[in-house]
Amino acid sequence: MKAETKAALIDPLIDENPVTFQILGLCSALAVTTSMLPALLMSLAVTCVLAFGSAMISAIRRQIPDNIRIVVQMTIIASLVIVVDLILKAYAFETSKQLSVFVGLIVTNCILLGRIETFAMKNGVMSSFLDGLGNGLGYGLVLMAIAFVRELFGSGTLFGVTILPSVYDGGWYYPNGMLVLSPGVFILIGLMIWAIRSWRADQVEQAEFRIHHVHRTEAAS
Amino acid sequence: MNNYLSLFLQSVFTQNLVLTMFLGICPFLALSRKLVTAAGLGAAVIVVMTITVPVNNLLLKYLLGPGALDWIGMSELDLSFLALVSFIGVIAAMVQITEMTLARFFPALHHALGIFLPLITVNCAILGASLFMSERSYDFGESIVFGFSSGVGWALAIIGLAGLRQKLKYSDVPDGLQGTGITFICAGLMAIGFMAFSGIRL
Repeated sequence: MKAETKAALIDPLIDENPVTFQILGLCSALAVTTSMLPALLMSLAVTCVLAFGSAMISAIRRQIPDNIRIVVQMTIIASLVIVVDLILKAYAFETSKQLSVFVGLIVTNCILLGRIETFAMKNGVMSSFLDGLGNGLGYGLVLMAIAFVRELFGSGTLFGVTILPSVYDGGWYYPNGMLVLSPGVFILIGLMIWAIRSWRADQVEQAEFRIHHVHRTEAAS
Repeated sequence: MNNYLSLFLQSVFTQNLVLTMFLGICPFLALSRKLVTAAGLGAAVIVVMTITVPVNNLLLKYLLGPGALDWIGMSELDLSFLALVSFIGVIAAMVQITEMTLARFFPALHHALGIFLPLITVNCAILGASLFMSERSYDFGESIVFGFSSGVGWALAIIGLAGLRQKLKYSDVPDGLQGTGITFICAGLMAIGFMAFSGIRL
């Protein structure tokens, strides 16, 4: 694999992760992660739309007039999303019901417009495709990680298979219901960002103000 | 009337778009640094949502839904797969029209909202509200109330978070949590607060 290809695929996984570093596409990352299966399907859907959308827009980037480019991009993305939505309805109907409006909301997922505006409009077809694929995988990675924690500790299962038998079925584990509800996931992502940034210190944001404890030698002058 | 009132309270508090449905999170986090910008964006969202949800409702009823084209004699036609493209088109167009109307008749308000109006096109809360409207099959009256109250709920949440973040500027936050991390945790605590409106169910 060439170094460039590798960079396009590997960088968005941790270093430039679309969710935890660029803070894009959060709505769906929070909404569909109550269990692993919908999260997996959602990641696949976003990865497909992102990779093919980037490639298509990059192929016609010189023909798109600058002042209507957002409309053109939105139309291409929306058409791809409709295709994905119909495929999901045909082959995974139960899960697509669970995802409800969030498949449709891929259209306004800011990862798409963000990557297309900053990358696909300026680069060739192949590298745009890889950039889309890489960012889709980075998004999927975060989604799966969140869904893993939420499903395992929130309901004691993984992909619907019981791992920690809950007290409601005669087991020993008390499921933490807070993780399935909305506040849990906000806090979970907050902690996840904290963990990543303690490991990669270069991602830490600067504080606007620093608390400065005045030493008595400074106070005297 | 009672029905509308309960729909209003439900969309503002118990089913708040940001804090329970996770819609419009990106601008919710990105633009909540200052109270003034948050309030401006909240107002813009209320205006656009109150217009787009009923308009999309009419579109669905008379053009796209199953049997909607009855009035020109094509009752078998079901164009509902086009709903997504049409909704986003309507939203983009409505945002543009709202911007031009405000610029012509209410220049002060237009100046205050400034760059936030065009940004609203890609706010998923707006598209989400339209999609929920079609999924829950609201009628025209309900869709007006739903659009307005969802907008109010969104504005309430972002103004609340902006207030928290302004206070937070002077607190001593651990390095890794600085900025985004602590904002998420604040939003989580706010979500717990909003859950109290319906009673926490675990």
